[in-house]
Amino acid sequence: MNGHETDGGATVRERWVRAEGVELCVAELGDAGQPTVVLLHGYPDSKEVWSEVASRLAERFHVVLYDVRGHGRSTAPDPLRGGFTLEKLTGDFLAVADAVSPDRPVHLVGHDWGSVQGWEFTTVACTEGRIASFTSLSGPSLDHFGHWINARLRRPTPRRAAQLLGQTAKSWYVYLLHTPVLPELAWRGPLGARWPAILRRLEKVPADGYPTPTLGDDAAHGAWLYRDNVRARLRHPRPDAYAHAPVQLVTPVGDAFLSPSLYDDLDRWVPRLLRRTIDARHWVPRTRPDQLAEWIGEFVLAHEDGRPVAETVPDGPYADRFGGRLVLVTGAGSGIGRATAFAFAEAGARIVAADVDAEGAATTAELCRMIGAPEAWAEAVDVADEEAMEKFAERVASSYGVVDVLVNNAGIGVSGPFLDTSAADWRRVLDVNLWGVIHGCRLFGRQMAERGQGGHIVNTASAAAYAPSRALPAYSTSKAAVLMLSECLRAELAGQGIGVSAVCPGFVHTGITATALPHSPKGMGGTPITGVSAEEEQRRRKSAQRRYGQRNYPAERVADAVLRAVVRNQAVVPVTPEARGARLLARFAPRALRAIARVEPKL
Amino acid sequence: MTVTGSPEVLRGFRSVQRLAYECAEAVAAQLRPGVTEREAARMQREWLRGRGVRDWFHLPFAWFGDRTAFAGFRVPLQFFPTNRELAPGMPFILDLAPVHGGCTADVGYSGCLGPNPVHDRLMRDLRVHRELILREVRERRPLREIYEDVERLMVRQGYHNRHRAYPFGVIAHKVDRVPERRFSPHVFGFGTQSLKGLAKDALRGHREGWSPLWSPYRFSQHPPRPGLWAVEPHLGFRGTGAKFEELLVVTDSRNAQESAFWLDDDLPHVRRWAEAEADREQEKERAA
Repeated sequence: MNGHETDGGATVRERWVRAEGVELCVAELGDAGQPTVVLLHGYPDSKEVWSEVASRLAERFHVVLYDVRGHGRSTAPDPLRGGFTLEKLTGDFLAVADAVSPDRPVHLVGHDWGSVQGWEFTTVACTEGRIASFTSLSGPSLDHFGHWINARLRRPTPRRAAQLLGQTAKSWYVYLLHTPVLPELAWRGPLGARWPAILRRLEKVPADGYPTPTLGDDAAHGAWLYRDNVRARLRHPRPDAYAHAPVQLVTPVGDAFLSPSLYDDLDRWVPRLLRRTIDARHWVPRTRPDQLAEWIGEFVLAHEDGRPVAETVPDGPYADRFGGRLVLVTGAGSGIGRATAFAFAEAGARIVAADVDAEGAATTAELCRMIGAPEAWAEAVDVADEEAMEKFAERVASSYGVVDVLVNNAGIGVSGPFLDTSAADWRRVLDVNLWGVIHGCRLFGRQMAERGQGGHIVNTASAAAYAPSRALPAYSTSKAAVLMLSECLRAELAGQGIGVSAVCPGFVHTGITATALPHSPKGMGGTPITGVSAEEEQRRRKSAQRRYGQRNYPAERVADAVLRAVVRNQAVVPVTPEARGARLLARFAPRALRAIARVEPKL
Repeated sequence: MTVTGSPEVLRGFRSVQRLAYECAEAVAAQLRPGVTEREAARMQREWLRGRGVRDWFHLPFAWFGDRTAFAGFRVPLQFFPTNRELAPGMPFILDLAPVHGGCTADVGYSGCLGPNPVHDRLMRDLRVHRELILREVRERRPLREIYEDVERLMVRQGYHNRHRAYPFGVIAHKVDRVPERRFSPHVFGFGTQSLKGLAKDALRGHREGWSPLWSPYRFSQHPPRPGLWAVEPHLGFRGTGAKFEELLVVTDSRNAQESAFWLDDDLPHVRRWAEAEADREQEKERAA
């Protein structure tokens, strides 16, 4: 046994394990007294694909990686044909598991072909009691896949036929790998040489010493994984492929090789299934190590002590996507911000509720914890204050981590004709509505970009951003700027996997019109109405509030639109019917919109 | 003091209100997983019929689960009991308005089957609304403004105003003595005698500039009208709702204390708050 250091500082202990006809190279990290997590690599990879995730998990677990036979530093079986069947791979796994954790079951994590193997290990009888949990990433069970195909062939409804055709097209490389000799030549020749560049360009895998130099041989040997198993299993899938361990299924939505619909029927085979969705492409262990390590750790711990993942089970519609992610919402003390924080909390996200009104933010955070957020914090901050925002961003990064979803929602209203709007009013509305968003995007966007593991920014613009009116010139101007900022930023950050959305709510029943009424929380300026006496201002504000109340479009529906915008990575999202209508007019009949803008509103 | 404010009449109202709350507590104690809203409503009806109730302001309602927050309610028919089954941890609301001896009660009882932290918090936060309403009625503020203050407080607490879902969005309505007839039919769940009283009030109020419905609309822009008001602030948070409903006595007295008061302070929710307060005091002492 010899030991050496990885980049993360964890000591790697290597050893060789003898299995049927091969010597397997096994690496161990972390304290061997902790629960054992076995990481299985895919094709064309070696165990180094897991290096980032392994170093993160090694702090808490006994992490074990091994090169699958014929890959990396493990030896290849002789002859190759028939040496890579799933039965033999199961034997390898049991040999490794017995060597590294003889008396306790191990937690299994598989990516790509590692996951295909993991499914086999989790569904065959001889491993029962040796696997405590299984996390599957981008690799279906070949048996389940076979049944999936058969079900679609037997009853090809249009939707199911489309699913089948879609997956058939995505599997082009599988057919190529079945041709003799050619794949070996390609991998050992030009394809192997260009593969790292291809991964960087198409899969956005960061260039950091992966893939390893053994790639050509790994890929050439690994072709036998396909040739030995795929046809046999798909033609005659096992009828009893039920999982005997809990399974966490992580589905990358941008996977070029596997469609998410493959897992539609999975509940039939897995009694204890937890679904997760991640906005990433195929090589998740390289592109999203932080998130992956967190989910694996949580799932392992949940099935180690037998305690559930959280007290309140998140049951929101996007719980698979936002479970455990860090979401920051500004202006979370009321209205749309608060509703958005609640919606993310119901989906199981960790929430940072920021608001200038500390009391409101505290209430939001407290309620978030009650409805599904594993953790929620309140932060009092004025988004218009540059220095405060910088400190705030540092505080968030050091105490809670890098934000996965940022919602720049804080905003104030100002109403009244342009000629009556004072410079101070202008300054205030631009400070909060525009500079607040700029600071948010600047500081947290930079953190996201530097981490390099994707993220999403949602900016709350308004229907007033594209619908001119004589009642809200200052507000509309600020929101139009937010809209354009979002579009530009979207273009800039798209290459780094960071999405940017602008949400345009329209008339929504929130506190924005009423916050300066006598009983309002202090520190919040309500909508100032310029050019009228204080009394008249009060009256108009009340009447506006009542009309918003009668319109009664709930902030919850805007919050749903925010979550949907993140999941679908939408660019501009008008929410209320009037916001959609105005957007259509702005695009196809701008003169009509200008005519409407000239109407003096009845106040 | 008006006629409805005389002590013996108030005693009559108080005893009906107690009877109604007893009924709610008795039925709530019998609720088990699997009981449907219809069954719960029938249990209330039968319990009160057995104790001599023949007429209703409205027939008993029961709401379970997210129906306590009136989730997705669009038409008034959705208020009627359904076949929704109670499950552990589910919140429920019983709302009943019996008429007995010519006096009307209208009470709302919120509870939950087993522990539910969100529901506990809602119930706790209802307390300030009871205080706020009484204080502002004593100040003789226009009903519409009190309504808005209550709503604002709910929003600050992080909740929604769910009484807006009631017909006319009322937070309260007037109740009065009801003539006892041998034949007392009801339409759409409301007793015809009570409706007649309400309609009479509405007509008179329309002429005099007030309304028996305490709503967010312009017709409630008047100071509290002497009489008995059944007040029902209703909080909603995500899929959980909670309310209380009880009678508020408004008189034309100049004395602030006598100008408005809750008919009865010995009610389940008030007792619960007092107990919680006592617990907190005790803990404080122990900590000290």
